[in-house]
Amino acid sequence: MTTENQSIAIEVKALDKQFGPIHAVRDVSFSVSHGEVLGFLGPNGAGKSTTMKMITGFLEPTSGTVIVNGNDVTTHPIEVKSSIGYLPEGAPSYGEMTVLSFLRFIAEIRGFKGAEAEKKIDAVVKKINLEMVLGQTIETLSKGFKRRVGMAQTIIHDPDVLIMDEPTDGLDPNQKHEVRSLIKEMAEKKAIIISTHILEEVDAICTRAIIIAAGKILFDGTPQELRATSDKNDIDDAFRIITTQHYEQHGERAHS
Amino acid sequence: MKNISAIMKRELYGYFTTPVAYVFIVIFLFLTGIFTFYLGSFYERAQADLDPFFRFHPWLYLFLIPAIAMRLWSEERKSGTIELLMTLPISVSEAVIGKFLAAWCFTGIALALTFPIWITVNYLGEPDNTVIVASYLGSFLMAGGFLSIGSCISAITKSQVIAFVISVVICFLFVLSGFPLVLDFFQAWAPHALVDAIASFSFLTHFDSIKKGVIDFRDLVYFAILITFWLYATVVVIDSRKAS
Ligand SMILES: Nc1ncnc2c1ncn2[C@@H]1O[C@H](COP(=O)(O)OP(=O)(O)OP(=O)(O)O)[C@@H](O)[C@H]1O
Ligand SMILES: [Mg+2]
Repeated sequence: MTTENQSIAIEVKALDKQFGPIHAVRDVSFSVSHGEVLGFLGPNGAGKSTTMKMITGFLEPTSGTVIVNGNDVTTHPIEVKSSIGYLPEGAPSYGEMTVLSFLRFIAEIRGFKGAEAEKKIDAVVKKINLEMVLGQTIETLSKGFKRRVGMAQTIIHDPDVLIMDEPTDGLDPNQKHEVRSLIKEMAEKKAIIISTHILEEVDAICTRAIIIAAGKILFDGTPQELRATSDKNDIDDAFRIITTQHYEQHGERAHS
Repeated sequence: MKNISAIMKRELYGYFTTPVAYVFIVIFLFLTGIFTFYLGSFYERAQADLDPFFRFHPWLYLFLIPAIAMRLWSEERKSGTIELLMTLPISVSEAVIGKFLAAWCFTGIALALTFPIWITVNYLGEPDNTVIVASYLGSFLMAGGFLSIGSCISAITKSQVIAFVISVVICFLFVLSGFPLVLDFFQAWAPHALVDAIASFSFLTHFDSIKKGVIDFRDLVYFAILITFWLYATVVVIDSRKAS
């Protein structure tokens, strides 16, 4: 009982977010344990990014709580942020910096100094294959390389919890494969949430899937269970059935 | 402290790897030159002091400092890097202070690069160098005041243009609040103590006083409080954006 409790890394309780008239996230609750890879699915504007922004402490929830490794994100933001590696949507980074100086900045903020920082940077650069572009300014990189720099920033401190908003968006097939293997490799000890629009990804790397639409959780289960909701045993079909059914019942818009 | 210095280093790196720093420094030096030698009649006065040089600093800063400050937060918001920055394990105040100190350091560098004029005046005559040192200090403190206002305004908006315009207007009020125009407006209805208080808000009042060569504790306190207040306001603005 206790061991099970201890392994829970992220606990989201009754999370709600309202942007003026738009009710972006409605009463979302779930938890993620170490060793789990949660795939966060849903149509555009469903509230995936907004939920992730609240978990990582960038946005304050209108109501509800987020607890990461025992710390509440609103009362202990620094502790929570230290244990998370976060790749925001679009992987923003400082364009005028070179890849190396950007990673040095992140390493310094993450508390690594001197030789230790260089070791961390070396390791992550090898892992993500950034050797060729180390001296290049980030704004001159291709979209996929920018994404990879963001990825490096996310995992440089070997965080306990990983939250990645569309990590494979814009990558070439080889890199997609690399990132997926990387996530799988890290999955054993970490709690991971990824959002994606690529449903095969869910099959390939996720141990669990949540479908959210118009701010509400519509499905929470294993990829196998998700597939089983379709007669054709097809994951795309299952996604379509679950999300369109919801919209037919509740109308198109999130704010009503 | 460690986080503040990391942020500060990154910001300074940003200034000097983009044309921003060089454009600013060149324009600053060029304008101080013009003001000192033409408008201030540096030679014609035939006096060995730097008053014509320092006299125009408030007016130069009025436009140049908001141009530096406007990018402090607006750019982060626009490019989305604020999401990266604010999900790193640092506090909002560390980020605010780090960014402010970098910008302040940078204006300090620009100010320090005006040293040839100091050398010139020492070559031409025998100025009172303690007055000059005090004036440099006063100018630097005033730059900090302008910057702290600009920092807060740039935290409010994504648009650097809006940040610039609003900062100029507010800084203008802080410069002018010692002037009759502004005081008359308040004199009509406000109690006397308030009018005095408004006059003491002016950058000019305090800069002029330091510029005379006497560094009064009250002038230092004025700038310290002003900067602290606006930086605190910056933190409040950024915090409130989280909830929006
Ligand atoms: N800062 C904001 N102000 C107002 N509305 C917002 C803001 N951020 C998000 N929204 C709204 O909240 C809803 C959810 O947006 P969110 O970005 O979380 O969707 P998403 O599931 O990540 O979509 P996508 O798949 O397109 O990335 C949308 O209706 C969006 O317009
Ligand atoms: Mg999104």
